Amino acid sequence: MLAGMMYMEDQRYLELIKQRAPKTRHLRTMIAAFFVGGFICCIGQAFNDLCAYFFPALNPSTIKQIVPLVLVVLATLLTCIGIYDKIGEIGGAGSIIPITGFANSIISPAIEHKREGIINGVCANMFKIAGPVLVIGIVASVLSGIIALVLKSVT
Amino acid sequence: MPASTIQLKSRVLIGAVATLAGPKESQGPLKKHFNKALRDDLLGLTSYELAESKIHESAIRYLLNKTNYMPQDIDLCIAGDLTDELYATNFAMRTLEIPFVGSFGACATYGAAIALAARIIDASVFKQRIICSVSSHFSTAERQFRFPLELGTQRTPLAQWTVTGAGAMLINKTEGRIRIESVTFGRVVDWGVKDANNMGGAMAPAAMNTMIRHFKDTRRQPRYYDLIITGDLGHTGALLLKQLMYERSYDLDQTNYTDCGVLIFDRETQKVEQGGSGPACSALVFNAYVYKKLLEGSIGRVLLVTTGALISKTSCLQKQSIPAIAHAVSFERI
Repeated sequence: MLAGMMYMEDQRYLELIKQRAPKTRHLRTMIAAFFVGGFICCIGQAFNDLCAYFFPALNPSTIKQIVPLVLVVLATLLTCIGIYDKIGEIGGAGSIIPITGFANSIISPAIEHKREGIINGVCANMFKIAGPVLVIGIVASVLSGIIALVLKSVT
Repeated sequence: MPASTIQLKSRVLIGAVATLAGPKESQGPLKKHFNKALRDDLLGLTSYELAESKIHESAIRYLLNKTNYMPQDIDLCIAGDLTDELYATNFAMRTLEIPFVGSFGACATYGAAIALAARIIDASVFKQRIICSVSSHFSTAERQFRFPLELGTQRTPLAQWTVTGAGAMLINKTEGRIRIESVTFGRVVDWGVKDANNMGGAMAPAAMNTMIRHFKDTRRQPRYYDLIITGDLGHTGALLLKQLMYERSYDLDQTNYTDCGVLIFDRETQKVEQGGSGPACSALVFNAYVYKKLLEGSIGRVLLVTTGALISKTSCLQKQSIPAIAHAVSFERI
């Protein structure tokens, strides 16, 4: 009876797991993600508006460059003191998608691998999680740039 | 009796046990049963791997102190953990002058070590003493199998929490009141579960396979045991195992069945989703809780089925399913 059942895909069993396993509560996590993500964006926007209010001399495009910088620094700080992962536990994608999540994904492996040294630890592992995002982002921007160039020269 | 289950001919006894539990574990429901509770899981060392190594070493030293043996009195130590190349265990053994065999069976290591040690003791004519020990650490396991600690990710409802701690057991022929009666080594079972978060689901068929072989070989029913306890299937895994056993006409609901991963944490307040996992999970629960109950005499016969998901980081990325194994050891009060 037990022979031949060691290694095989048992569709009936996989179906049973699907029935019995607890599911992610999508509505609850989505609402949490909406508010956490929204809150992070609000901070960015608020900083943007305050900058424009207090330093009228700055032109809007400079401010738009400063805002992400500030958010990245904030996220780095929160990651280092061990708060960002707690926000992430509640917010999920709401705290992963904004630029703060990107900062978190670079800083957290850097902290983790500090023990293996600067070169082989921090530098080698920093982009372990953010690496794919960077590669795909750069490839996508190059491709869209080429497409734009072709379209421009055609028209 | 077929070779699948080995009934020990002589009296193989548990001499003593020791447990060291991490901070989260020592806030759980079993807190008052552990020998030592750690307040800090880094122990002031430079890395979590070294901390786990220290915890492992301390558990063995605690056991030696308890039994008044010197390291030279111990003939062999069979030990393991979850880290690559058994980092924690190998480094713990540097300072202990005990002959050592490293063993890896993921979270099933403890059962495998006990079963091996029991067989060696059973076959020996001399007075032999063997220590079985395992350790695991939440932070080393997270790094090994998952994401950096500070990364803001959400845990899935099927996730399990790797237990921080170490457990050690001395097995001999002369001292002790709990006997190891028979052992059933596991077979690798893989039913095609691919979700690395669903380890309970991957391990349940392996536990079922080993359990049924044990029951068939010994011609016993689950009712024979006062307690049947699996390693770290978690809440859902235990449910699945019950269902699988029920379909093969072994009703675990009729027996006192539970899971170490379910016992070690409080699911409601400690946010562990499915419960504990890791080799130290079954070691801590068995040594601290089940062994105590056996000594007290409130239970007489126990079947410990440690379960392990034999997953690796590479196999996971290569989209392979998760093979699993389970080893069963039957204990008896004498």
